[in-house]
Amino acid sequence: MRYLPLSPDDRRDMLGVIGVPSIDDLFVDVPAVARRADPVDLPFHAGELEVEREMLALSRRNRSAAEGPFFCGAGAYRHHVPATVDHLIQRSEFLTSYTPYQPEIAQGTLQVLFEFQTQVAALTGMEVANASLYDGSTAAAEAVMMAQRITRKSKAVLSGGVHPHYVGAIETLAHAAGVATQRLAAAVDAEAAVIDAIDADTACVVVQTPNVFGAVTDVSKIAEAAHAAGALLIVVTTEAVSYGLLKSPGEMGADIAVAEGQSIGNGLNFGGPYVGLFACREKFVRQAPGRLCGETVDAEGRRGFVLTLSTREQHIRRDKATSNICTNSGLCALAFSIHMSLLGETGLRQLALINHQKAVALRDALAAIPGVEILTQRFFNEFAIRVPGSATEVVEILAGNGVIGGVPFARLDPAAGLDDVLLVAATETTSDSDIFFFSKVLAKVIAQ
Amino acid sequence: MTMLNIGRPTRPEAVDGAAGAHDTLTGGRGLLQDEALIFELDGWDKTGVDLPAAPPADDLGDLVRTAPIGLPGLSEPEAVRHYVRLSQKNHAIDLALYPLGSCTMKHNPRLNEKMARLPGFSDIHPLQPQSTVQGALELMDRLAHWLKTLTGMPAVALTPKAGAHGELCGLLAIRAAHEAAGQGHRKTVLAPTSAHGTNPATAAFVGYTVVEIAQTADGRVDLADLEAKLGDHVAAIMVTNPNTCGLFERDVVEIARLTHAAGAYFYCDGANFNAIVGRVRPGDLGVDAMHINLHKTFSTPHGGGGPGAGPVVLSAALAPFAPTPWIVHGENGYALIEQPEGEARAAFGRMCAFHGQMGMYVRAYAYMLSHGADGLRQVAEDAVLNANYLKARLSDLMSPAFPEGPCMHEALFDDAWLEGTGVTTLDFAKAMIDEGFHPMTMYFPLVVHGAMLIEPTETESKQELDRFVVALRALAGAAKAGEVERFKGAPFHAPLRRLDETLAARKPKLRWRPVADAPLAAE
Repeated sequence: MRYLPLSPDDRRDMLGVIGVPSIDDLFVDVPAVARRADPVDLPFHAGELEVEREMLALSRRNRSAAEGPFFCGAGAYRHHVPATVDHLIQRSEFLTSYTPYQPEIAQGTLQVLFEFQTQVAALTGMEVANASLYDGSTAAAEAVMMAQRITRKSKAVLSGGVHPHYVGAIETLAHAAGVATQRLAAAVDAEAAVIDAIDADTACVVVQTPNVFGAVTDVSKIAEAAHAAGALLIVVTTEAVSYGLLKSPGEMGADIAVAEGQSIGNGLNFGGPYVGLFACREKFVRQAPGRLCGETVDAEGRRGFVLTLSTREQHIRRDKATSNICTNSGLCALAFSIHMSLLGETGLRQLALINHQKAVALRDALAAIPGVEILTQRFFNEFAIRVPGSATEVVEILAGNGVIGGVPFARLDPAAGLDDVLLVAATETTSDSDIFFFSKVLAKVIAQ
Repeated sequence: MTMLNIGRPTRPEAVDGAAGAHDTLTGGRGLLQDEALIFELDGWDKTGVDLPAAPPADDLGDLVRTAPIGLPGLSEPEAVRHYVRLSQKNHAIDLALYPLGSCTMKHNPRLNEKMARLPGFSDIHPLQPQSTVQGALELMDRLAHWLKTLTGMPAVALTPKAGAHGELCGLLAIRAAHEAAGQGHRKTVLAPTSAHGTNPATAAFVGYTVVEIAQTADGRVDLADLEAKLGDHVAAIMVTNPNTCGLFERDVVEIARLTHAAGAYFYCDGANFNAIVGRVRPGDLGVDAMHINLHKTFSTPHGGGGPGAGPVVLSAALAPFAPTPWIVHGENGYALIEQPEGEARAAFGRMCAFHGQMGMYVRAYAYMLSHGADGLRQVAEDAVLNANYLKARLSDLMSPAFPEGPCMHEALFDDAWLEGTGVTTLDFAKAMIDEGFHPMTMYFPLVVHGAMLIEPTETESKQELDRFVVALRALAGAAKAGEVERFKGAPFHAPLRRLDETLAARKPKLRWRPVADAPLAAE
């Protein structure tokens, strides 16, 4: 058992120091009915080689994105992550450290978090950002809770352009806390219907741009309407690379901006772990959820960083805390921050343009297929198309032909009546031949 | 000159060169470089990636961002230096003992990291056709099987992303079960005073009122008080077992019986599962729901504060209310149930966008396979042995909070032994840093004065424990000998001296700004 340093002699000596004859004497407080004499019914320990073999066999039964043309988005995006990022996050001191409760020996993590918060604030155009949350969807849900705390109003208006899984995560938290949600109908141009739904009870309006159909919207007018009604505007973004090209939530009047940060520095990982970005206006920061890192000085006046404003948090405030969150997504935030530092503003803008260019090329190729209708007019790197019949079936047939051809909207929201809608995304990892092959196979599938 | 101001002493005398005893001329110290913020490295036009040119996005018109974002860049060598230099200012389990009670800082096997990076796990999309991810779904199903078998529970919800998220999941399932049974009027959750802060925070978040259960003199739940507070208004109790005093709740079976007799559910905080894994199944104790921190018991790295993973095992009564998605195995292989319909119609909803922390599942499963049923049992035994060994070797100098009987995986001391020395728990902890050790958990649990909660875990060798004992005994001796100055100003040898947390909270400076604020200075 390679992870256990104690030898049988050590164990015997230590029991002697403790003054008990056997290890069982240390478990005497366990009720007799629950003491197990034997190991549970599971395989016994295995060597590294055996474990690798078993894991490799499982991994080979998955079709990884690199194996061929791949066009899935809908909240998780395949981007190239520089080798440097994965190397650095595996530094022992980053990988195997805990939440920085002892700041004098955690300045590495803390300075990274301070830099991360500054980067996220800049990207979202907001004044302050926290040290990350679990993922974009839980960040959106926490934002709704925060808006309710600030406005003391009880209703959240959710645009029909918000990712249905985000709506699900928001509804779970909101309904648990007694906040009503009004979810508007799913539509490519769903933002147009949002303003009419705002009323005096509205605590917040949640809009997504680019929305789940890929549509990019200027939400400034929604911000004005929300503010006029005393509500906050929460802007959700699931594709963080879009910040490199599009107007930021802050520029458009957002009060809280949340995002999925996976696109920068983090792989697909079948949905997690990801990193939730959370930014807001400075005046609201004491109502914000999650960890915050702040600057201070040490006893000799030197600059240093600490976790701060912890009087919002559960370990101090217990049942009066702003949220029950204890963990953030530290290592994923580190990956985000390193990748963002490598990109810089120049690289991010260029990366965003390449993504858009690839998506435009994909749009042009798919638009030429008889039977395919392009539904999203102004998009970043993802858009919706209509295919004849069931998009779910089309995607299955495409997979059988070696193409992972996007996400059927019905998988996200089967009740929306949009069974023929397919969401497709392109990134810098998409090659011209991927697009060519996809459009050829899709044309053939549709013609059959 | 600007370089010299970056991260350098801001006290006027230090800038003048009249540095303190521990200042150097440049702010560097030994091999530790003083590292500026990325925003201070003059990298506004730099990039560390080579990308092809792309045309402007004219079709997006006024949706395009025109103003500068304000993001610096670094070339690759600069980035590597920046982050490696920063990393050297962190303590880590790879460097030495990290005895944070309640946190289970154990060794993180590198095989797990390698496995999580196999393209068949790391480069698959959560929404690609399920026929193309059968291996991933099978891995999740096998992980679920191990968790259920180890806990003796019939169901598990995998998606919660951390322990507190798991608590939320468990309480939402309990709430849904009560509502389905016409018991929605139950609005109280009972929890001991010694509970983790997340317990009352989660219960309050879900709309429950938290009532505290008293503790006995020997650090356990007071059964009489529990019985008195149970009733038709109680939805659940939240009890950590082994508890936060590092003790097994001897009466846990009776606690469960009383709870169930009152029509309430037993939520067990499983943060301390490492003490009993493979030896005790919570299902045999009458638990209805328990989260398992994969980043504690199952060795996935803490990563400086996440990501975690907090699957929740559930009793048969709560299983129908588990959140979507979950995995089923049928004739056509594995499938995800993603919508609350059909057999999932009672599901309380969705915790997050996708299927939870797959990267953590891979690591935890590789760890489980490596240890096996026999090894995991040994994990619990060695964790408990190590904690009791520390308790035995320190009890003559420090005061154990509960001297009678064995502890489980962590040893709890109070500050009675520091009385009259002028040294506080905080001072003692900071002095440990100077001796090369990360402090234990301080001032938690709240029920013990000046608490020091030491959890060594099973991955410490006897030699490392002995080193730790030598350091702690030396420090305890110094405290009792009146060497107050060794403690009051500590740490002296860390990258920074003690930090002013009050200042940080009073004048929050949460980001770098292009136009420098006046430098912060202690008042």
